[in-house]
Amino acid sequence: MDRKKKHQGLWKRIYRCRQLYLLVIPGMITVFIFHYIPICGLQMAFRNFKASKGIWGSDWVGLKYFIQFINYPYFEKIMINTIRISLYSLMTFPAPIIFSIMLNELRSNKVRRVSQMITYAPHFVSTVVVCSMTILFLEKDGVINLIAQFFGREPENLIANPAAFAPVYAITDLWSGLGWGTIIYLATLAGVSMELIEAAKIDGAGRMQIIWHVQLPHLKPTIVTLFILRMGSLISVGFEKVFLLQNSLNKETSSVISTYVYEVGIENHQYSYSSAIGLFNNLINIVLIVIANFVSKRVAEVSLW
Amino acid sequence: MRAETKRKWKRYTLFDLINTVLVVLITLIIIYPLYFCIIASFSDVKEVVQGRTMLWIKGFTVDSYRYVLQESQLWVGYRNTIFYTLFGTLYNLVLTIPVAYVLTKKYLPFRGTISWYFFITMYFSGGMIPTYMLIKDLGLINNPLVLVIGSGVSCYNMIVTRQYFATSIPQDIYEAAYIDGSSELRCFLKIAIPLAKPIIAVMALYYGVSHWNSYYNALLYIRDKEFQPLQLVLRSILISNQLALNSLENSDADTVSYLMHRANVAQGMKYAIVFIASAPLLIAYPFLQKNFTKGIMIGSVKG
Repeated sequence: MDRKKKHQGLWKRIYRCRQLYLLVIPGMITVFIFHYIPICGLQMAFRNFKASKGIWGSDWVGLKYFIQFINYPYFEKIMINTIRISLYSLMTFPAPIIFSIMLNELRSNKVRRVSQMITYAPHFVSTVVVCSMTILFLEKDGVINLIAQFFGREPENLIANPAAFAPVYAITDLWSGLGWGTIIYLATLAGVSMELIEAAKIDGAGRMQIIWHVQLPHLKPTIVTLFILRMGSLISVGFEKVFLLQNSLNKETSSVISTYVYEVGIENHQYSYSSAIGLFNNLINIVLIVIANFVSKRVAEVSLW
Repeated sequence: MRAETKRKWKRYTLFDLINTVLVVLITLIIIYPLYFCIIASFSDVKEVVQGRTMLWIKGFTVDSYRYVLQESQLWVGYRNTIFYTLFGTLYNLVLTIPVAYVLTKKYLPFRGTISWYFFITMYFSGGMIPTYMLIKDLGLINNPLVLVIGSGVSCYNMIVTRQYFATSIPQDIYEAAYIDGSSELRCFLKIAIPLAKPIIAVMALYYGVSHWNSYYNALLYIRDKEFQPLQLVLRSILISNQLALNSLENSDADTVSYLMHRANVAQGMKYAIVFIASAPLLIAYPFLQKNFTKGIMIGSVKG
């Protein structure tokens, strides 16, 4: 029976699955329209796009727009800003790991449940509201300055301070993501075998030693996988939050690749140039994720593919 | 019995004490910003800016909420977002669930190719501008439809759903149905869908929250105020300071005290709006928490 199936013609097998194809086709069509057509549209980056000629009819200009971006006087600044914000945000990466271990070590289930419920909540607060709250709190008469004044510091509008931008960004990331980020680690920690812990206890291991030698190694594959994925977005600081927190006073440090693409493309209608910048960014992301995957395959024997 | 309680006490070490205190502290720090917005929205603004409402309401008033009620644009946004969320989520589900189901069928020719067709979208996309051009060519700029059909299939959600179909529903069920002469379509509709109710609920929540909270698509594609979703309205009110404050317009304009009053009212309203905008999800979420975390758990199982 099985052998017979294998020898059936491909067409026959396809015909047998026709209803399955029918189910998958609507999804494939929408993905084609909203993902693959824009990918084809990326050729705009190599053409001098003219609305009258359309994407396929405009003249080829090669790498002109990529070179234009690299020669742009603020190129370096934008890259540095992007990487700085990214690195600050990357510093929050270990926080959910540590917090999940702390939650896992709690003796009281009640405290754990309440703490989980509360710390997950910010995940459901929209980016717009998070940024609005940030701005409200950082204003001169905002709550942060009230606390700072209590400790004898001069009030200052922090959102207008370029030096504060990256740290503020990272802190809002931490606020929205700390609790939510623990879910996956807690699920993994639940899989640590009790026997292993008991054995460690009998060998005289303390609590910290058990965490270090039993639980962290158990978390390693999850940590590495999430880290690789994170590397893929090292150069792409999300547009939404930066755009919302940006103002003319902090622009010096808050102008990143994605907001520059918006400025050039949507506001100034330079479609080819902005497509080139977007593609440049996307390619760097892919290179980074491939490198991170390669390194972790070698070093930690964990990889995405 | 006594020995046991004694042992329990002994096990509650300094480590536990420090750990518990730290967890409680972190939890309090995380809840505080939301808590502050709520008490500030019910307090007299003059007290808020003086820092007298750090812990509890001072000068209780519902003025802020009274002004917010008159902010008609906010309610237009609310209405639109409910509409976009309902129809958008439905659209997402109708597309995602069948794809996820089909991709579990090992005997399907070109299964791998079709899977990669979806996976690629996670790593590579056309980006902001080519997508914008497409939407423009489709004539969807400033068309509310774009916020319903714009997102389609999220690859991550599709993978999570596929994982559920592959691991939580025994494949033998289908075999039995095929032998009874059921078609593939019938198997999907009559067997898979009823068994997949839990994951459909999870996906509805995931897609629903992302529709409720999204503003990026609307920022790019929607111009008219009457089509704006809640998040975009919030942005113009909270971040760009575009409050209508029609109710104040008639009083003696231009005087300094009027401007001061206006600024104060605006400040108080912002806290109230933060609360009103976040309340639906924050109130609903504790009841649905299990579903959300379940989604992450399923997604994290390698397959």
